[in-house]
Amino acid sequence: MKRPTVIAIEHLTYTYPATERPALRDLSLTIPAGQFCAVLGANGAGKSTLCYALAGFVPHFYRGRMEGRVMVAGHDIAATPPSALVGLVGLVFANPFNQITGACYTVREEVAFGLENLGVPPAEMEPRIAQALAVTGLTDLADRSPFALSGGQQQRLALAAVLAMQPQVLVLDEPTSQLDPAGTREVFAVLGALAARHHTTVVLVSQALEWVATYADRVIVLAEGRLVADGAPTDVLTRPEMETWGVGATRYTQAARRGQAQGLAPTDRPLPVTLPQAVAFWS
Amino acid sequence: MRVVVTDVVFRYPSGVQALAGVSLEIAAGEAVAIIGENGAGKTTLARHLNGLLRPQQGRVLIGDWDTREHTVAQLAHRVGYVFQNPDDQLFERTVRRELAFGPRNLGRSEAEIQAAVARTLAKLGLDALAESHPYDLSLAQRRLVAMAAVLAMETPIVVLDEPTTGQDAAGTALLGRVIADLRAEGRTVIVISHDMDFVAEHFPRLIVMADGRILADGPTEAVLAQTGLLAQAQIDPPQLVRLAAALGLPGIPTTVDAFLALWARARATGGLDRV
Repeated sequence: MKRPTVIAIEHLTYTYPATERPALRDLSLTIPAGQFCAVLGANGAGKSTLCYALAGFVPHFYRGRMEGRVMVAGHDIAATPPSALVGLVGLVFANPFNQITGACYTVREEVAFGLENLGVPPAEMEPRIAQALAVTGLTDLADRSPFALSGGQQQRLALAAVLAMQPQVLVLDEPTSQLDPAGTREVFAVLGALAARHHTTVVLVSQALEWVATYADRVIVLAEGRLVADGAPTDVLTRPEMETWGVGATRYTQAARRGQAQGLAPTDRPLPVTLPQAVAFWS
Repeated sequence: MRVVVTDVVFRYPSGVQALAGVSLEIAAGEAVAIIGENGAGKTTLARHLNGLLRPQQGRVLIGDWDTREHTVAQLAHRVGYVFQNPDDQLFERTVRRELAFGPRNLGRSEAEIQAAVARTLAKLGLDALAESHPYDLSLAQRRLVAMAAVLAMETPIVVLDEPTTGQDAAGTALLGRVIADLRAEGRTVIVISHDMDFVAEHFPRLIVMADGRILADGPTEAVLAQTGLLAQAQIDPPQLVRLAAALGLPGIPTTVDAFLALWARARATGGLDRV
């Protein structure tokens, strides 16, 4: 079954105000509904800018010079006011401390904030809030002040607030960077389930390569604002250029590669990226 | 410089009990990583080390100073603390001024300040950004600047709260070198991190926290061998430790080379029959 295209980026070149070097250069990309697409690249490669472009922060908030076109669910982002995008595209910022509104006394109110602004009826809000808190492990902290949370708990809250809005397109900029290992794994599982079961389109920036390889359908790599790789996670993540692009490799890939160089490992098997692949590689 | 934490209890005004009786000793020059689930009390403990928080019960000694008897400004001579959120920390107009602020406040001479700033810029690869405004930089770069500003104070104890967050492969490798340098200089390094692969490679001692208490404290290999305890603390062991376990290899490899050595040894002795 071929899914409809939800994101279509055509020759996007974007330069922030007062800078000369474009943050994104001639980027073209289409993403179908329900795909879980991970975006990798070195710091400064343009990953966050791509997130901003999908949510309309580029160009509406940041201004700057934009060429080309970004279409999300039939809307031309540059021609659509940000308010019209709010229920459609959810963005989780890289720095969760910037996302907490400061206008809410409790975690529950913070998650309700976006829904209230969308005009969701209270009867519908309750289950959506409860579910968002449950999948981010915050149920027991629902009545706590957002500012009485730890850093990692605040990041869970930033994620819960966006999940509750049930956007058609979820854009997440390193949403697990401060989560404990189990929390990181759980968030990936939730995102995978949203894409598979609810056809939510997920665009995720992450450095958690093991979980990207396990859950994402597709991996793209940006380098200096350009798209340099695009394909199945295992294929892309084992490319030797990943070092040059500043992405690196999982320890499974590193160990297999060094083992091959030292004559300790088989050379006729595909390099592993995940634990099951690594077990198969060494067995 | 030695750190001694004895029976520390701390409850926030919100009522959240973040530390429920924590004791530990860290010798001068040790490199220790504190791990544990979100909300376990790691950052609260770290904030006790530079006097941002004072124990409500118990005692924190930094060298021979009790943190309750010294100001944060005094403690800043001994403990450099890098915040989890760089935006809590950065406020100057240029990266260079940001780095000079700490040592100037410690009363260093202008020549000492400039030398420390130059050394630290070079060490963190920030030379090209020295005249940039910190808020024109990316989040990952701001994190490096925040760390540089603390390292420029050249304190005997350095506390880093989640330093690998948002860093790419090159940034994480740079942090590994910075930590190795600090250790070579005999400085005490205390890191809070969720990056288990990074922690295993760079820290010989691990402290596991959960619910405001210390669940385990010991050599990294010994702590990582306690799988049940790690699961309780919401910690997945590092990738290579999980791989060794899945392959039935007898050992806790903390680096790629350690894994390959373990593999070679097991293969040589025929210990892989179970695979």
